[in-house]
Amino acid sequence: MANMSLKKVQMPEQDPNVRNKNFKEVALGYEENMAVEEAERCIQCKNQPCVSGCPVHVQIPDFIKQIANRNFEEAYQKIKETNNLPAVCGRVCPQENQCESVCTRGKKGEPVAIGRLERFAADWYMKNKEDKVEAPKKIGRKVAVIGSGPAGLSCAGDLAKMGYDTTIFEAFHTPGGVLMYGIPEFRLPKEIVQKEIDSLKKLGVKIETNMVIGKILTIDDLFEMGYEAVFIGTGAGLPKFMGIPGENLNGVYSANEFLTRINLMKAYDFPNNPTPVKVGKKVAVVGGGNVAMDAARSAKRMGADEVYIVYRRSEEEMPARLEEIHHAKEEGIIFKLLTNPVRVIGDESGNVKGIECVNMVLGEVDQSGRRRPIEEKGSEHVIEVDTVIIAIGQSPNPLITSTTEGLEKQKWGGIIVNEDTLETSRKGVFAGGDAVTGAATVILAMGAGKKAAASIHKFLSEK
Amino acid sequence: MNEILEKKQLNPTVKLMVINSPLMAKKAKPGQFVIVRVDEKGERIPLTIADYDGEKGTVTIIFQEVGMSTKKLGTLDVGDKLHDFVGPLGKPVEFSKDTKRVLAIGGGVGVAPLYPKVKMLNKNGVSIDSIIGGRSAEYVILEDEMRAVSDNLYITTDDGSKGRKGFVTDVLKELIEKGNKYDEVIAIGPLIMMKMVCNITREYNIPTMVSMNPIMIDGTGMCGGCRVTVGGETKFACVDGPAFDGLQVDFDEAMRRQNMYKDMEKKALEQYEHECKLGGILNG
Ligand SMILES: Cc1cc2nc3c(=O)[nH]c(=O)nc-3n(C[C@H](O)[C@H](O)[C@H](O)COP(=O)(O)OP(=O)(O)OC[C@H]3O[C@@H](n4cnc5c(N)ncnc54)[C@H](O)[C@@H]3O)c2cc1C
Ligand SMILES: Cc1cc2nc3c(=O)[nH]c(=O)nc-3n(C[C@H](O)[C@H](O)[C@H](O)COP(=O)(O)OP(=O)(O)OC[C@H]3O[C@@H](n4cnc5c(N)ncnc54)[C@H](O)[C@@H]3O)c2cc1C
Ligand code: SF4
Ligand code: SF4
Ligand code: FES
Ligand SMILES: [Mg+2]
Repeated sequence: MANMSLKKVQMPEQDPNVRNKNFKEVALGYEENMAVEEAERCIQCKNQPCVSGCPVHVQIPDFIKQIANRNFEEAYQKIKETNNLPAVCGRVCPQENQCESVCTRGKKGEPVAIGRLERFAADWYMKNKEDKVEAPKKIGRKVAVIGSGPAGLSCAGDLAKMGYDTTIFEAFHTPGGVLMYGIPEFRLPKEIVQKEIDSLKKLGVKIETNMVIGKILTIDDLFEMGYEAVFIGTGAGLPKFMGIPGENLNGVYSANEFLTRINLMKAYDFPNNPTPVKVGKKVAVVGGGNVAMDAARSAKRMGADEVYIVYRRSEEEMPARLEEIHHAKEEGIIFKLLTNPVRVIGDESGNVKGIECVNMVLGEVDQSGRRRPIEEKGSEHVIEVDTVIIAIGQSPNPLITSTTEGLEKQKWGGIIVNEDTLETSRKGVFAGGDAVTGAATVILAMGAGKKAAASIHKFLSEK
Repeated sequence: MNEILEKKQLNPTVKLMVINSPLMAKKAKPGQFVIVRVDEKGERIPLTIADYDGEKGTVTIIFQEVGMSTKKLGTLDVGDKLHDFVGPLGKPVEFSKDTKRVLAIGGGVGVAPLYPKVKMLNKNGVSIDSIIGGRSAEYVILEDEMRAVSDNLYITTDDGSKGRKGFVTDVLKELIEKGNKYDEVIAIGPLIMMKMVCNITREYNIPTMVSMNPIMIDGTGMCGGCRVTVGGETKFACVDGPAFDGLQVDFDEAMRRQNMYKDMEKKALEQYEHECKLGGILNG
């Protein structure tokens, strides 16, 4: 008999006033009984709307049924059939816009907590089972993957399973892409990402860190070295600034820099980890996406008294996940909505002392489908802060497109691909993830990596 | 890979290391740099590629021990490996074909990044006058190397213990006033030196290339921490530079940004030296 409760089984969480002072994971995950109880809310719809809401078509009713029957390992294996990174997606997927948004149970009450169940299955497996991956038999053909974010990792994983000699080239000293340097520990423990990377290595994937492709090697060099196909999964790592006066004052960071210092370089453990970061008493984070929420919540954890989110539209238009907005508010982040910075103000030694903003009102709907913010005359005001973090978006890095002849790109930098095959304008070169779409999501990047792996296999089989 | 093959002390605070890095040695060009991490927790610190040898597969770095990471690097010995060694990063320098005569100015450890550029120019038949300076005699580095690739070499020291007493800018002024014509000046050294050089060359309208050294992390354009203002525009030194048109650079902003973490850097160094002392007591 299905559990007809209108609400999801609650997920235990750290208390907001405790967690906003530590970097441990916020959401603690379901216990077995909670998972079974939630799984029983799924009514096993024949038409499976949820499955079509998932970019990689996880067989949702099937895995949930296994959880309801306490077959946790089978549940995990079911998810794994289509999703290489369940422990990651269960935590960071924008489920409310994807699988859960079309769940039948959501028509009346809350949808089934698909993401939480996915996370449960993955965590259960990691805790209770030894990952017994074996390197498949090699077929003696080499493929290069550039970038080790979710796109590169899943592409490399699938290629390795098909027996390709797969090498990932990663610019940083640690693989994982945004999963390692961007998304904070308290939302996605790095240990989980590391486990996924370790299991790729067991599959026989080679990872060469400290290799900035376009500098140390070009794509043409890779072909010369015997790689027969190349996948570009280099993400969208180039930070945008606002172009307002005062942006180069001391105390103004891009979210990328701020989060990299904290996550990758572990500046929260200074001086044991010697990379410094400066978080003042009052911090303004400009932007309304996941990146802005992560920066704001990290600043709070680093000891800031007051942290503001400064966003030029209203909460409704915020691109961040609902859960993140909710968590940020619980943790005491102050939202300054319909507010747009026009200038960063410095003191006589060049340190930030405030940010001048104007109020905005929402006008007509614009091309993005959202109401366009318009400046309200005479509404200039100063918010006193000593740190400003800019989180208004990123675009793809031109390092590769500028060093690869014949690789076509969009005006804004995205690599142009054939949507069916993900092949670029260069034969044998495929691309996917944020490098193609601009900043998007983990699951879309992963899906692209899988798709590219299949295309590469087809391409090489026919060659 | 990344093994230290050779180590030399150039002066009381500056060391040279030759690193085994065959792939990078083939790709490196004058003006480019590497990022080094000494150990597992290490900071990412940028250092200029001071020399490279594609055949031997080696890259040379020359660094001044100014704080925790460079001091730690200095404790490594021949046979040790650098934990991470990334590069070649940054844009190689370019000179116009019309460049026939260049004045190269290096201050302190800035002579290290200056040398590969002068060496290349010299190989291309460009006539070069060089001025190198240091606090005192022992702080003047690469004198022989620079002499070998320069037509004329001038040396200055703050205290007069070697060459002329005074600053590199004194010689610069003199050379120009004597009627020497240069197509271009290259100046690399402390920010304040590069600023002073540019103040002079601006007066005489001589194109001047400087090499900026802002605080960096990734060195690939993804953090924006290395931004410098050049001609009113924001540039990322790690991908747009590190060489820029010195006459357009906002040096005051650059100096301010370089000092952003002074207090914390001091703390990191103190903790490190404290640990070293403890280690010393325990070991011996
Ligand atoms: C702070 C933050 C929070 C986010 N939160 C969420 C979330 O909650 N949910 C969600 O779904 N998505 C979220 N995203 C977006 C998501 O992380 C990205 O869409 C996803 O990581 C893109 O994957 P990717 O593999 O295309 O690129 P990336 O993850 O960016 O990985 C690219 C990799 O390529 C490497 N690289 C780049 N250039 C080179 C080169 N020239 N040579 C070699 N290597 C190179 C990079 O170092 C990096 O490791 C967030 C992003 C950020 C920044
Ligand atoms: C492109 C470039 C090339 C360089 N080439 C050389 C070189 O060939 N030889 C050499 O001796 N030095 C060079 N430097 C400077 C060198 O990177 C710094 O001296 C070093 O990072 C200091 O680290 P520390 O921990 O020992 O000292 P700290 O005490 O931490 O810092 C001392 C000072 O060095 C600067 N600095 C600190 N961290 C960084 C960082 N991550 N990136 C850049 N600067 C920093 C700051 O101004 C700081 O005040 C170069 C810098 C750049 C950007
Ligand atoms: S991968 Fe993401 S979208 Fe797909 S089922 Fe899991 S949580 Fe939902
Ligand atoms: S739509 Fe919801 S209730 Fe229906 S099968 Fe999917 S998860 Fe279960
Ligand atoms: S060092 Fe990060 S962008 Fe230049
Ligand atoms: Mg340091």
